[in-house]
Amino acid sequence: MAKLTIEDLKKIKEKVHIDTALREGGARVKVTVHMGTCGIASGAREVLDALMNVIAEDGVSDVAVTTSGCMGLCSREPLVTVEVIGKEPIKYEYMNPNKMRQVFKRHIIKGEIQTPFVLAKGAEIVK
Amino acid sequence: MLELSKHILDIAENSIRAGCRKVLITVIEDLKADTLTLEISDDGKGMNGDEIERALDPFYTTKKVRRVGLGLPMLKLAAELTGGSFRMDSQEGRGTTVNVTFGHSHIDRQPLGDVGLTMVSLIIGSPQVDFVYTHKKNGRQYRLDTRDIRRELGDVPIEHVEVLSLIRSDIDQGMRDLSATE
Repeated sequence: MAKLTIEDLKKIKEKVHIDTALREGGARVKVTVHMGTCGIASGAREVLDALMNVIAEDGVSDVAVTTSGCMGLCSREPLVTVEVIGKEPIKYEYMNPNKMRQVFKRHIIKGEIQTPFVLAKGAEIVK
Repeated sequence: MLELSKHILDIAENSIRAGCRKVLITVIEDLKADTLTLEISDDGKGMNGDEIERALDPFYTTKKVRRVGLGLPMLKLAAELTGGSFRMDSQEGRGTTVNVTFGHSHIDRQPLGDVGLTMVSLIIGSPQVDFVYTHKKNGRQYRLDTRDIRRELGDVPIEHVEVLSLIRSDIDQGMRDLSATE
């Protein structure tokens, strides 16, 4: 039933090898979409989808995307943390696909923090 | 939760937090019996007797950051609203299986939603975990096993954008094929 052919996967393999050869070093930016029950219910999956799409459109290969659990601020979900490596992580609150695209284009690419959506600076401390 | 696929994402996140290596997700749509069965099974650390008893209490959670745990209670409620049932088996050290049945044609039964996006979200969050998605409907079956994909990819990471978009379009096509009438 599956249409995923070995051929498709081989093509990707070749392409990825070329891309990796062109790029040196690891990720420049790490983006975390919080995916607890609260995040999922308020649209975190769609935010992640928007982020993946805009990364694919832009063709950037130095942005690492991951997900994490709930950090206890369920009322402000969906939450997204953007960490430009070497700088303090920025947490964005009440995210949606449009805000995610804006944060990608302005903050992740150009380095301009999108203050109106910011919840906090820094990493969370779990007691 | 407005889609069953969001419940799948939520419950599978529990499996991942339980340190599993493999999550089996199975959806069986039986149109004759008018049921939709969803099963999520993992090989994580499982729960002890006390935890099993309290897992369905919305005010019980293993997390420290907040005092509610709504994932399982919401899934149970969603199933029972459609005349369905909820079952959970867990063995400490062996893993947990959640099995829910929904009334397929019941007006309150949530749509399945975007399964492809759910699977891709799981892979991004936990690329080291194996996921097997099986869907049966109309005597047909769709199956996606990340172990098969990983084997072909060699040293290319499974969470690579290109691989994810291929996985997603495969699931979308698979879902269309399952629903096709001929």
